[in-house]
Amino acid sequence: MKRHLLSAADLTRDDAELVLETAAELRSLADRPIKKLPALRGRTVVNLFFEDSTRTRISFEAAAKRLSADVINFAAKGSSVSKGESLKDTALTLEAMGADAVVIRHGASGAPHRLAHSGWVRSSVVNAGDGTHEHPTQALLDAFTLWRHLGEERRGGLEGRRVAIVGDVLHSRVARSNALLLKTLGAEVTLVGPPTLLPVGIEGWDVETSYDLDAVLPKVDAVMMLRVQRERMQGGFFPTPREYSRRYGLDGRRMATLQDHTIVMHPGPMVRGMEITADVADSDRSVIVEQVTNGVAVRMAVLYLLLGGSESESPE
Amino acid sequence: MTSVSSYLIKSVRILGGEPTDLLLKDGVVAEIGTGLSADGAEVVDADGLIALPGLVDLHTHLREPGREDAETVETGTRAAAMGGFTAVHAMANTTPVADTAGVVEQVWRLGREAGYCDVYPVGAVTVGLKGEQLAELGAMADSAARVRVFSDDGHCVSDPLLMRRALEYVKAFDGVVAQHAQDPRLTEGAQMNESELSGRLGLAGWPAVAEEAIIARDCLLTAHVGSRLHVCHVSTAGSVEIVRDAKRKGWNVTAEACPHHLLLTDELAATYDPIYKVNPPLRSAGDVEALRAGLADGTIDIVATDHAPHPHEDKDCEWAAAAFGMLGLETALSIVQHTMVDTGLLDWAGVADRLSYAPARIGRVADHGQPIEVGAPANIALYDPAATRTIEASASASLSRNTPYAGMDLPGRIEATFLRGRPTVLDGKLV
Repeated sequence: MKRHLLSAADLTRDDAELVLETAAELRSLADRPIKKLPALRGRTVVNLFFEDSTRTRISFEAAAKRLSADVINFAAKGSSVSKGESLKDTALTLEAMGADAVVIRHGASGAPHRLAHSGWVRSSVVNAGDGTHEHPTQALLDAFTLWRHLGEERRGGLEGRRVAIVGDVLHSRVARSNALLLKTLGAEVTLVGPPTLLPVGIEGWDVETSYDLDAVLPKVDAVMMLRVQRERMQGGFFPTPREYSRRYGLDGRRMATLQDHTIVMHPGPMVRGMEITADVADSDRSVIVEQVTNGVAVRMAVLYLLLGGSESESPE
Repeated sequence: MTSVSSYLIKSVRILGGEPTDLLLKDGVVAEIGTGLSADGAEVVDADGLIALPGLVDLHTHLREPGREDAETVETGTRAAAMGGFTAVHAMANTTPVADTAGVVEQVWRLGREAGYCDVYPVGAVTVGLKGEQLAELGAMADSAARVRVFSDDGHCVSDPLLMRRALEYVKAFDGVVAQHAQDPRLTEGAQMNESELSGRLGLAGWPAVAEEAIIARDCLLTAHVGSRLHVCHVSTAGSVEIVRDAKRKGWNVTAEACPHHLLLTDELAATYDPIYKVNPPLRSAGDVEALRAGLADGTIDIVATDHAPHPHEDKDCEWAAAAFGMLGLETALSIVQHTMVDTGLLDWAGVADRLSYAPARIGRVADHGQPIEVGAPANIALYDPAATRTIEASASASLSRNTPYAGMDLPGRIEATFLRGRPTVLDGKLV
């Protein structure tokens, strides 16, 4: 693995499958009475969150603590854009505190990339979501969930599997990272949404696209619903929330057209009644709660492989 | 400044022609010929150098008044002199905005005091660049600064009626409206060229159509009211086509391209290093190609730098938080050589036209942009096209360091610049 995890594109197929395998081993830890390993004892992981995201922060915190790392949570509310301390000065502060890894969530696309490549810090940088760019650990936990359900937890298990990612692809870092990682793992990805929410140039992403959710659903092995953020509802991307739900929401009627084995995913937090109805979210097909559990295992694997060292480690 | 009043430039190639001598005396070109001698003149050995008319920039941000931490009239004109410029047009987006006779006269006076090159202030089209009400264009035209170029650069005069009125109004004093063509609604929050790459990088796109739609509209307005339009920093292939078509119809439209748009592409945004963040954004290789072709065939009349200094902290941050703009004065001629001359698209006479004659003509500047002839004002740049230099940000004469070319090897170096017969740069150094 590279020294940083900034984009799902940083992972080769070997890297990604190593993460999944490591996560599988670490996940079994959750069933033991003592959930802690000494792997990262004495190492410091900083959670640097410029945006509120309690779920992701807690997930990383639990992951680091189960590996016995020291964890510092740094909630830098507001970025340099809104006159807070600059990203650089925050980074220098963390460096002075001796961080071994910085897990960063930031509203600006590319902020983790800047942190890793500007010479401000020496630590490993893990992207925990940057702007409308990427969220690679979310993609890894989604892949892990798919791998458990559809891939028999073996290498190559996602080869040829079909995944639909539905909704606001334009603004979704989850969609970008998932499209990249699932392709790396051999899966076939279809991005579905209204034309206004699919980015210009998406033809070059080497994925299928569709405006027609009903046509896609019967063909896929998994369907991943993206959250529609409130500000998009005002942004003129679609006429009304109701029209969006009618055309791109997953409800009981649409769920009935899925194949028997097809699972339903959502990165959370859900807007129930908008992109997904309650009966779908709470159905047997839904693996949404399991995604959260898997998130801790996958983030443990990432921190372990970045900091604890893997056989294929090659520092830049 | 030196007290020598005459300079004998030996064996220089005017516009790359045969070697000859040039005597500069009392602010003008006194003699041209081989084997000249002159008592008391300082001799400049110009063997291998090219003489060009002093360059004229129609688009410079000098930042004073208001942002003296980024640039001052003095430091900006020093950078201009180092780039071979003898005249620059200072954009109006200062603090306060150059939208009154008082501010443009202040900038004009600061330029005279600095003495490194002539400063022609650009007046704002609208009060405070707000796009709501015309500024007192006539007062600026009649002021000591004699403003002829009006621009809200940094902002587009997007209201079509206001743009029409501005174009009509400046006819009274032979002015020109230099439009920053950017539809504001189509570029809300825009960070880089809209392309497959912007989608992948998650950076909000700045689509070519947002520039092209405004240029098309303004060409039509200009034709309708019989005025003069200048299009700032044309950046797309489609814009070049629209300007070409307007010229074919005989409309009074001129256009500029910036050095960075002739060389750099949007791929650089993948570094997320905001040194490459500029407005309009870096575009595709196809756009670069079209701009070069347009500059070669005269569709694009001039090269203008859009020299935009910013303090370090405004670039040493995440992309979205960073300021738009890059330095340009000291590297413009080298980039034109690299992209246009060394590629065979333009000869040195063409360079003189695109960087001196034409910008002076558009800006209605009388004392610059004239061919090097006996009796002409001695505004001259001596340039070594055979030199190669590695660009170092820290070596810039500008107060700012935001050059996107740091570490690049570029051809050519200004060896001397003369402003009315006095050197502002000699032996490659500021005088």
